Amino acid sequence: MTTNWTIGGVREAIAGKKVSARELTEEHYKRIGEKNREVNAFLTLCEERAYAQADKIDAAVAKGEKLPELAGVPIAVKDTISTRGVRTTCSSKILENFVPPYDATAVSRLETAGAVILGKTNCDEFAMGSSTENSAYGVTQNPAAPGCVPGGSSGGSAAAVAAEMAVASLGTDTGGSIRQPGAFCGIPAMMGSYGRVSRYGLIAFASSLDRIGPFARKVEDVAAVLKVMAGRDPNDSTSTTAPVEDYSSELKKPVKGMRIGIPREYFGQGMDAGVRAKIEAGIDLLGKLGCETREIRMPHTDYAIATYYIIATAEASSNLARYDGVRYGLRVENDTLVSTYRKTRGAGFGAEVKRRIVLGTYVLSAGYYDAYYLKGQKVRALIAQDFREAFQKVDAIVTPTSPVPPFKLGERTNDPLQMYLADIYTVTGSLAGLPGISVPCGKIAGKLPVGLQIFGPAFGEAQVLRLAHAFELAGGATV
Amino acid sequence: MKISREDVLRVAELAYLDLTEAELETYRAQIDEILEYIGKLNELDTENVEPMAQVLADDQTADATLREDVVVPCNVAGEILKQAPDPEAPYFRVPKVIER
Repeated sequence: MTTNWTIGGVREAIAGKKVSARELTEEHYKRIGEKNREVNAFLTLCEERAYAQADKIDAAVAKGEKLPELAGVPIAVKDTISTRGVRTTCSSKILENFVPPYDATAVSRLETAGAVILGKTNCDEFAMGSSTENSAYGVTQNPAAPGCVPGGSSGGSAAAVAAEMAVASLGTDTGGSIRQPGAFCGIPAMMGSYGRVSRYGLIAFASSLDRIGPFARKVEDVAAVLKVMAGRDPNDSTSTTAPVEDYSSELKKPVKGMRIGIPREYFGQGMDAGVRAKIEAGIDLLGKLGCETREIRMPHTDYAIATYYIIATAEASSNLARYDGVRYGLRVENDTLVSTYRKTRGAGFGAEVKRRIVLGTYVLSAGYYDAYYLKGQKVRALIAQDFREAFQKVDAIVTPTSPVPPFKLGERTNDPLQMYLADIYTVTGSLAGLPGISVPCGKIAGKLPVGLQIFGPAFGEAQVLRLAHAFELAGGATV
Repeated sequence: MKISREDVLRVAELAYLDLTEAELETYRAQIDEILEYIGKLNELDTENVEPMAQVLADDQTADATLREDVVVPCNVAGEILKQAPDPEAPYFRVPKVIER
């Protein structure tokens, strides 16, 4: 029997009574039992909750009821997303024993659609990192490239799908944290437009950038999971009322004649030659599909990392002020309230989180606000304008997801700036608030996965998915 | 040098963050390098650029309409207190703040 389930495969097998939801859940927990010790994709499992949901699906099958779209699909959830009654740590010591009293809207929508939540996945602490090495609970191995990082920050979610421990998973993307691990682990991974998916229950890192999105084995599965989560939520005032298209049927529309911009600035210095060769082959493939590719200019690209690390750290320093040891999480008791705050935060946060709180507090502090934060907000406007102008001429923008292939564990941990530069092609779309996907685009020397990134205009999820799907069907994963 | 040891100490004070001597020096050097890199933004003339304070365009934000202000039940105090390191219902207990 198959182990690399797709959502379509699960749907058929459950409806045709070839497998029950309970059996499928057991099969995935068995694989987690075999592989997780080595991969370390999961931090917490929620078997009771998963089996209760699976039994509900099986009862519906027995009664011949119409099944919801994700009935019985085993899904893993990043540990920055709240799950009622299931420990949610953000891979931080400061939330080691935190059990949320409610579910994130994304999670409850998945369960309402029949999905079985298996457990919570490892990530960089508070989603700050590009390799999942900043977790307080150990590194995650890349199942697609042994010895290498899975990418980050949603590395556990990517690895869970790549190692067949889940059919799909949820990650969060602030500067590339879904797309880059998707690329590194050789699977499709997407963030919708800012506001497309409710963030109620997402533990905040940088609120003007954070988004929830799916990983899966196939683009059509990414589309199905995104569709279920998308749409206005009264509990998140930043979620949008823009209508949600039927992504699954939109996928099937032709891509012939689609105008694709290739920004020259994304092929500059610092780009690995192997990545370049694969992306160029991928662009050729898009041409063969009848897309019209043309070079475009996005002159502010080179300023995106600097802008991102001002805005993201400023927002993080503010969002993480809530961890004070008073209401939840770790407390390191000291003689005064202020020294309790200090000791708690000093002991509870890891190195990268502390570094970003210091940087973020600095760029917001009196005397530096204009020079850094305000400057960053202005350059962010210029980066968004680059995209708006480009989308007047093209329907999609295609770039590499990462300038480098998966790197070795430990290779970049001592140099924060080098680690930040790994996000150089993903942070642009994050700053502009636009939808982006990474799809597999061959492997360097047959070993190291490369991801091709597709950006669309605001709420252009359907055309992004359509192009990614066509690319996948045409053999993009083996260019 | 963009950031001094005193700057890091001042900022850690603002953020209520205890740093060890070793952390202090490591972060100072690393943040110095990051700020040096960030300095490249000064190549751009942004005199007449409006800062981007909102991600979505006005017509895409749901908040263009305000909701009705209605009371909804929210009986979660007990559950929330269960997460507290030192609860004494209905309070969170902390070290003494005011000296007599």
